[in-house]
Amino acid sequence: MKFTRRKAIIGGIVGGGLLGVGFWFAYERDRLGGRNLFNVKPGEAGLSGWVKITRDDRVIVAVPRAEMGQGVQTALAMLVAEEMDARWDQVTVEDPPEDGVYRNVDILIDGLPLSPEETGTIVDVAHWLATKAAGVLGAVATGGSTAVRDAWLPMRTAGAVARDLLLRAASRKAGVPVDRLEVRDGAILLRKDASRVATFGELVDQIGDLASRPPPPLKPASEFRLIGKSLPRLDVPAKVTGAAVFGVDVRMPGMIYAAVRNAPTFGGSAYGFKVQGGLPGGVEKVVIVPGGIAALGTSWWRANRFLMDGLEVDWTAGPEPGLDSAGLWQRYADLLATGEPALVRTAGAESRPAEPRILEATYRAPYLAHTPMEPMNCTARVTRRDGGAAAVEIWMPNQSLTMMRYIAARTAGTDQADVTVHTTFLGGGFGRRAEVDLVRQAVTCALAVPGRPVQVLWSREEDIRHDYYRPMALARWRAELDLSGGSPKLAGVSKRQVAQSPADQFAARVIGLPAQGKPEGNAVENPPYAFPSYRLEAIVPEGSVPVGFWRSVGHSHTAFFDESFIDELAVALRKDPFAFRRELLAGKPRHLAVLETAAREAGWGQPLPAGLGRGIALRASFGSIVAQVAEVAVPDGQTVQVKRVTCAIDCGPVVNPAIVRAQMESGIVYGLSAALYGEITLANGAVEQANFPDYDAVRLADAPIMSIHLVDSRSTHIGGVGEPGTPPIAPAVANAVFAATGKRLRTLPLRLG
Amino acid sequence: MISFTVNGTVRQIDAEADKPLLWVLREDLDILGPKFGCGVAACGACTVHVDGAAVRACAMPVASVAGRSVVTIEGLGQAGLHAVQKAWIEQQVPQCGYCQPGFIMAAAALLKATPRPTDSDIDEALSNICRCGTYSAIRRAVHRAAALLGGGS
Repeated sequence: MKFTRRKAIIGGIVGGGLLGVGFWFAYERDRLGGRNLFNVKPGEAGLSGWVKITRDDRVIVAVPRAEMGQGVQTALAMLVAEEMDARWDQVTVEDPPEDGVYRNVDILIDGLPLSPEETGTIVDVAHWLATKAAGVLGAVATGGSTAVRDAWLPMRTAGAVARDLLLRAASRKAGVPVDRLEVRDGAILLRKDASRVATFGELVDQIGDLASRPPPPLKPASEFRLIGKSLPRLDVPAKVTGAAVFGVDVRMPGMIYAAVRNAPTFGGSAYGFKVQGGLPGGVEKVVIVPGGIAALGTSWWRANRFLMDGLEVDWTAGPEPGLDSAGLWQRYADLLATGEPALVRTAGAESRPAEPRILEATYRAPYLAHTPMEPMNCTARVTRRDGGAAAVEIWMPNQSLTMMRYIAARTAGTDQADVTVHTTFLGGGFGRRAEVDLVRQAVTCALAVPGRPVQVLWSREEDIRHDYYRPMALARWRAELDLSGGSPKLAGVSKRQVAQSPADQFAARVIGLPAQGKPEGNAVENPPYAFPSYRLEAIVPEGSVPVGFWRSVGHSHTAFFDESFIDELAVALRKDPFAFRRELLAGKPRHLAVLETAAREAGWGQPLPAGLGRGIALRASFGSIVAQVAEVAVPDGQTVQVKRVTCAIDCGPVVNPAIVRAQMESGIVYGLSAALYGEITLANGAVEQANFPDYDAVRLADAPIMSIHLVDSRSTHIGGVGEPGTPPIAPAVANAVFAATGKRLRTLPLRLG
Repeated sequence: MISFTVNGTVRQIDAEADKPLLWVLREDLDILGPKFGCGVAACGACTVHVDGAAVRACAMPVASVAGRSVVTIEGLGQAGLHAVQKAWIEQQVPQCGYCQPGFIMAAAALLKATPRPTDSDIDEALSNICRCGTYSAIRRAVHRAAALLGGGS
């Protein structure tokens, strides 16, 4: 059991109010927020930083996380609504202002090079420091499948505090003791006859001088009325009428557009340009921006065409202008053979089998782009004031508001207090929108046209060629089998893995921290299997190719390596891949239940027609456990068709089952696009792919039939769902291809012949 | 000047003949439902109807719609929501939602031409990209919309 200061504090509060008043004040200040914090307007009453009520009987919940399709607005609002007993049809959401109360504590922990399997003082201290760092940085960010995990206690606590205030307000208004009242479906009722004392809306003017106080214990799961139900999503109606405002839909008086061409090689920049025959109509200005050059004008389409056709740019080359994929793979192969590991981890005692047999396999995963459907964009306005100081306003689909604000201030040379960031809907995020490159470019453009909003938008080609890629990775698994005594037995396993670290690069490029050379935490998590012995050596190369957080981060390639090799081991030991995993998971009941559910629901073991095969894979990530069985056909010996995917997940308490299912399907399809098609290759220091025709995604015709099964292990540890659906799909498909064809594919994307 | 009908209203546009319809809608007419996704007619986020047929507006020069009728997601429902939009809400299709106007327009055009589509009709007509992977919900919703329109099962 992990211990964090946050959990201890909240555990203390919700555990029955045993803590002193001083502690409550600290909690109120740090995580609950004052009653005027949340943009309280006339006709509204704030009940804490997380929720306010209105005279027209609405409940408005603060959602400081980015809605990028994962259903976060709905899920977080449900947490507050549950504990305050609001009616779902009276709940809406709003962005709160920037404040430390809304920081995301959980997000920092996954970046540490630790495995959730590990415990002990060092781990506790590291987690405590991460919690501390989140507090200091006040990081309002969305990622790492953390939103609900992070909000699970604070937002329910906020709901309970709100209910307590409403009860006391109603008591005072009606002159009835609190213990004769109850809250149900958005109204305060008399307990004895359920007659209505007041609606929430009628109490707006009664809250006034009441002080917040530690609420009674939160509801046990058995009393949930909203949590656990597939309530309709709050964001859906606007998204089917075209009314939803994404970053590209921001429009303001006087706004101009900017198209960008980024430097041809990574790390390059523009130092000059020549316009042939004057600027064409619709293009007003050319601005050199960090990493590239921008054309500003009244038509983005015109400005973009001018950038591509009519502008000569002088570029500096990046540090590795000759980089190509073949050379990079060779470098990685050398590192795999002789490189010094940045992290070594062992478990169990190595033994020397009397009659050993070595099984070795090397796996590769390529760089991947994110390609969210909404191309990268950011709108910025810089207003000069007397004395030169600038006020900066940003409208941006982003996953990292605090970082955007910090970089906008640095770029404009102003204080963070003078920067306001508005987060629009995100047309997909997947980790790409945690990066700060667009805000740098947008503020640079805005500085060139003071007072005017500038909307920087990249073409799809710029997006694919200037991403922060999922790292390419190379791994060699090795097992020693003991052949003595008849049937072969597993003696021990070891792995060497080479991959850049996105967390390292991110900290360096955003806040200038020195690179630590440590692997991404989730790339080095221990497999859950009870191997007799296990040894990991993680090598972290330096490199100029920008790498970032790609949905499920290190799990995305590591799950492919680990779960493919487990399958190879099963074959070598002449065991069924499902049965072999079961043996190794005997001491892990939650993992086992998930694995068995997926296998059962997929009809594991039932015969399939020739040319079809089933593959299974399991990966625990972001606090959840997911197993998938893929059913694959290879009709022509060449084309991999994924017909069916059966998925089981144990994510602990489920807030909204429909959203969990949707996120599993989403993670599967995203991972499948990568497994079947995704590959970014380099030549002459630049990315070779340009747009969907050569960096394709799964479409309806290729989408498998999916069935999702939620496994309830009664665990009270809440897990994430945005990412955990992605890691198992590539190995499940590769293992299914082996079952169908006898061919073991060890390189992503999966290609036969 | 290029003249065409958008969502039932005649519009006169002073734009280059080769400016794509998508950018005329978004930049000149402030109609923001059709989305930019790729610029090469590969993803379908920009799908609108031209004379009732689904087209990818990012690769269609505005000159080619002169005198024709363009309908965007904003003009799809004649009175309230179109059956496809209702089915989309009922089946809770959208995730990030960015590609959904394109899918909805493609689905509405499909159902007009093929009131009872099979799964393979749907696969063929809706070749758009959704990176959130809402495909199984889309399939359900198209069948549901067909039923709402009186055609499907």
